[in-house]
Amino acid sequence: MIDVVGTLKRGARGLIAHIDFPLLLITLTIMAVGLATVHSATYGGNERLLSQAGNMGVALVIMWFVARLPPHKLMGFAIPLYIVGLLLLLAVFMFGITVNGAKRWLSLGFTRIQPSEIMKIAMPLMLAWYFHKYEATLRARHFVVAALLLVIPFGLIAKQPDLGTALLVGGAGFFVIFFAGLPWKVMLGLGAAAAGAAPFLWNMLHDYQRKRILTLIDPTTDPLGAGYHIIQSTIAIGSGGPFGKGYLNGTQTHLEFIPERHTDFIFAVYSEEWGLLGNAALVFLYTLLIGRGMMIAAAAPTLFTRLLAGAITLGFFTYAFINMGMVSGILPVVGVPLPFMSYGGTALVTLFLGIGILMSIHTHGGRVNK
Amino acid sequence: MSDFHNDEIERDRFRFRLGIAALVVLMAFGILIGRFTWLQFLQHDFYRTRADDNRIALIPIVPNRGVITDRNGVVLARNYSAFTLEITPAQTNDLEATIDALAEVIDIQAKDRKRFKRLLDEAKNFESVPIRTRLTDEEVAKFTAQRYRFPGVEVKARLFRQYPLARVASHVTGYIGRITDRDLAWIEEEGRQANYKGTDHIGKNGLEQHYEFELHGETGYEEVEIDAGGRAVRSLKRIPPVSGNNLQLTLDSKLQEITEQAFGDRKGALVAIDPTTGGILALVSTPTYDPNLFVDGITPENWKELNEHPDKPMINRTINGAYPPGSTFKPFMALAALELGKRTPNQAISDPGYFNFGNHQFRDDKKGGHGSVDMYKSIVHSCDTYYYMLANDMGIDNISKFMGSLGLGQRTGIDLGKDDAGESKGVLPSQEWKKQRFKKPEQQKWYAGETISIGIGQGYNAYTPIQLAQATAVVANNGVMFRPHLVSQIIDAKTGEKRPVEPRPIRDLKLKQQNVDVIRRAMVGVNKEGTGTRAFAGAPYEAAGKTGTAQVYSLKGAEYKASAIKKELRDHALFIAYAPADKPTIALAVLVENGGFGAQSAAPIARMVLDYYLLGKLPAGAAKEDATAVEDDHEE
Repeated sequence: MIDVVGTLKRGARGLIAHIDFPLLLITLTIMAVGLATVHSATYGGNERLLSQAGNMGVALVIMWFVARLPPHKLMGFAIPLYIVGLLLLLAVFMFGITVNGAKRWLSLGFTRIQPSEIMKIAMPLMLAWYFHKYEATLRARHFVVAALLLVIPFGLIAKQPDLGTALLVGGAGFFVIFFAGLPWKVMLGLGAAAAGAAPFLWNMLHDYQRKRILTLIDPTTDPLGAGYHIIQSTIAIGSGGPFGKGYLNGTQTHLEFIPERHTDFIFAVYSEEWGLLGNAALVFLYTLLIGRGMMIAAAAPTLFTRLLAGAITLGFFTYAFINMGMVSGILPVVGVPLPFMSYGGTALVTLFLGIGILMSIHTHGGRVNK
Repeated sequence: MSDFHNDEIERDRFRFRLGIAALVVLMAFGILIGRFTWLQFLQHDFYRTRADDNRIALIPIVPNRGVITDRNGVVLARNYSAFTLEITPAQTNDLEATIDALAEVIDIQAKDRKRFKRLLDEAKNFESVPIRTRLTDEEVAKFTAQRYRFPGVEVKARLFRQYPLARVASHVTGYIGRITDRDLAWIEEEGRQANYKGTDHIGKNGLEQHYEFELHGETGYEEVEIDAGGRAVRSLKRIPPVSGNNLQLTLDSKLQEITEQAFGDRKGALVAIDPTTGGILALVSTPTYDPNLFVDGITPENWKELNEHPDKPMINRTINGAYPPGSTFKPFMALAALELGKRTPNQAISDPGYFNFGNHQFRDDKKGGHGSVDMYKSIVHSCDTYYYMLANDMGIDNISKFMGSLGLGQRTGIDLGKDDAGESKGVLPSQEWKKQRFKKPEQQKWYAGETISIGIGQGYNAYTPIQLAQATAVVANNGVMFRPHLVSQIIDAKTGEKRPVEPRPIRDLKLKQQNVDVIRRAMVGVNKEGTGTRAFAGAPYEAAGKTGTAQVYSLKGAEYKASAIKKELRDHALFIAYAPADKPTIALAVLVENGGFGAQSAAPIARMVLDYYLLGKLPAGAAKEDATAVEDDHEE
C-alpha cells in the first residue's frame, strides 16, 4: 500500500525544506507593513496595493526557487551574470534611453529594463566567487583585481547618472572585499584619500547632485525646488509625533505634500502615521533581518557563502539606512527605495533574490567543501 | 589539519569583521533613532504647526451686498447669482491655447478676451479670473461635459450687482467697480482690510460709495484643508458671512423715472425734497448712464464714450454743477429784505426799466419798465430793477450772510459719494470770498457795482441745484432746515431691524411768519398771474414758484435772441417751487441747461413733478408700465 499521507508529508517537507522561517517571518512582517503603507500612500485606490502584492507573489516564487539551488550552483551564475550585467551596462551607456535626464534604461521593444539592478546581485556574487577561487593564494593583487571588478560597473552606473544604485552596487562589492580581509591600513588609506579627493569628486558631481547635498545642509534655500522633498518629508515625520497620526490619517500624505509617497518616500508616510513608536518598531524589524542575515553569514561553511551572505545582509542595511536617512533629512536625496516597503517590482525581486540566496546558504548546510 | 586550522582562523577573522559590521549597523540605526526622536519628540510641536500651516487655509466668503430700494420698495440695486467661466493662470500651462480651445466650446468674443487680459494684469497668479460672465445653463452643461480638457478652468457662481432700472437714478445709486489702489488706501484708512479679503468690488460713487461700509456686510471665513496643489479638500470650519445692510430710500423711483423722461435729451438737473424732513424725493441729473456697464469692469470703448461725451453724463449736476440762480434768487432776496427790515411788502419803487449805478446802466428785461412795483409784483413779474436797488441798499455782506443761512454756497452734506468730496460748494459771493478767491490786490477788492447784479442772481453767484432746492425747502418749511438725505432707513438684512435716518433740523432761521407768508403769496402769484401762469394753468393745488433764467454768456448789451446763439451758450432755464403752498410736502429746483426762459422749459417739468407727486398723475405720453420692469439685458 502506498503511503499517501507519508508521500504528501515528504512532498510538503520537500517544498519547504529550504525555507528559513525566521528570515521569512521577518521579511513578511516588513512586507505586510509595506503593503499597508502603500495602501495608505495611494489611498483611494487599491491598484498599487494589488500590484505590489502580485510583485510579492512573483518575488516569493523566485526566492523559493533560488533557495532550493545549492550554493555551488549559485557560484556557477557568478561569471555569466556579471558579464551579462556589464555588457548591458555598456549597452545602456551607448544606446540607453534617457528618462528625466538620466540614461538608465535599455529598451527591448516590448519593455525596458534597468541593467544596473542586475549588478546589485551580480556584483557580490562575482566578487565572492573571485575571492573564493583564490582563497588559498590570496595576495594584494587579488584585491586590486577585485577593486577593478567593482569600479567599472560602479563607474558606469554613476555615470548614468544613478548615484543611489551606484552606491548600493558599490557597497555590495565593498562589503565582499571588506569581509574577504581588506587590510585595515588600506581602508584607512582609502578613507584618507577619499577625504583628500572630496573637492575633486565634488567637481565631478552633476549639478543636481551637488544641489541635493547643499539642500541637505540647508533645505530652506530652495523650498519649492530641491528642498521641497526634504522639507515636506521632515514635516511629515516630525508632525507624526511620538505615536503618529494614526493609520490613513497622515495629512502630509493624503494631501499630497509628500512626493514619491509610495516609492522612495514611503517611510515619511509610515512615519507620519505611526510616529516614533512605529519607527522604532520598523528599525527593530530591520535589525532582526540584518541580525538573522549575519547569523547565516557567521554559520556559512565556505568563504563564498560567507562573503555572499555578509554582503547581501549589509546590502539590506545600506538600503534601509540610506533611505531612512535621506527621508528624515540627514543624508542627501538619492534614489534608494526602502527594502520590502517601497512600491516597485524590480527592486522587490532583487531583494527576495537576496533572501533566497541567504536561505540557500543556510539550508544547504553541511560542511560542504569548496 | 593545517587546512582545517586555517579555516578556523579565516572564519574567526570573518566573524570579527562581521562583529565590526554589526556594531556599525547598530550605530547607524542608533543615529536614525536619534534623528527620529529629535523630529518626532523634541521638535514635534514645531513640525505639527508646520503641517497644519501646510494644510489649512482660510478662504474668505464674500457677503451679499445690501440691496437698495426706493420708498415704495422698488429695487434700485440688487445682486444676482450668475455662472462665470474662470481661469486660474497658475494652474494653466498655455493661457492662449486654453482660451482658444475654450472658444470652440463656449462663445468667447474679442471683448471677453480683452477684459480677461485687463483683469489678468490686476489679479494675482493664484486667483481665478473670469473669461466669460453670465453663462447660460446650456453653456454650463457644455463646458462641464468637456471639463477634463481644461485644467485650471472652472465654472463658478458669482454674485453680480445689478441695477434693474438701468439708466434711472444712476447718479443716485452710483455703481460699484473693481477695487483699485486708491480704494485700497481708503479701506486701510478705515481699518477694514480684514473685512475686504476676498472682496473685489467697492462702491465708486453715489449711494454705493457713501454707504459702502453699510452695504458691504461682514466677510465670513471657511477654514479648509488644502492639498499640495492648493485645492480645497474639505471644510473644517465655517464662519458664515453677514450680509450687508439694505438701504431704503426716500426717493420715489417712479417720480425719478418720469422726471428723467421729461428732460428728454436736454441736459439739466432736478432736486425734489420733502421740506419737512429733508428726504429727497427725486434727484435727477441728465443725461444719465447705465451703471450696469461698470459692474463687470467697463470696456474702454464704453468708458471713452461716457467720459468724452460733450453732455458729460458722468457728472452729477445736482451736486456738482454750480449755476447762477438767475431770478429764482429773487424770493430769497425779498425774504432777506423783510427779515432785515430793508423793505416792507407794500413799499413800491418806480421802475423806469433800468437802474443807474455810477456811470453804468443795469437794464430790466422789460423795456420801459414795470412802472410802480411792490414786493409782490417784483416777484410775480420778476422785476430786475427792484432787486438792483434792493441789492444796492442791502450791501453784499448782508446778502451773503442771509443766503448762507439758507444753505447756499455750502455743501448740503447729502449722503452721496465719499465724505463730502463729491459735492461742490458753489459760490456765495462776499467781500471775504473775493479776497480769498483772487490773488491780485485790485481784484481782491469788492466793488459796490458788483453787488447790483448779485440781486438778480447773476454776477459771481453760483449754486448747485440741490442748494437751490434746499433753500426753497427752508422757505417752504418756515425757516426750519433739514439736511437733504436719500436714505430713510438702514435695514439689517439678518434681523430685519430698521435703523431710521432721523430727520435732523440743522437750524431754525426763526423767520417771521408774516414775512414767509408774503413770499409765499408772491410765489403763488407767479403761477397764477405771473411768469409761471401758463405752466400751472388748471393745477388743482396751489403751488408756489419762481422762474429764472441764468446768463451763460454775456451779451455785452446786444439783444438776447436764442436762435442766434450757439446752443451751449444759450441761457439756462430755472424754476423753483413748492406745494401745496399752505402746507408744503414737496419743494424742488429745476435747471435745464441752455433751456432758455425758465418759464418755457423748466416750469413745465416742475408742474409735471408736482402733478405726479401730489395727484399721482402721470404725464401724457409717459410710459404706463411699472417702473419696476426689469431690463434684463445689460450686456456691454
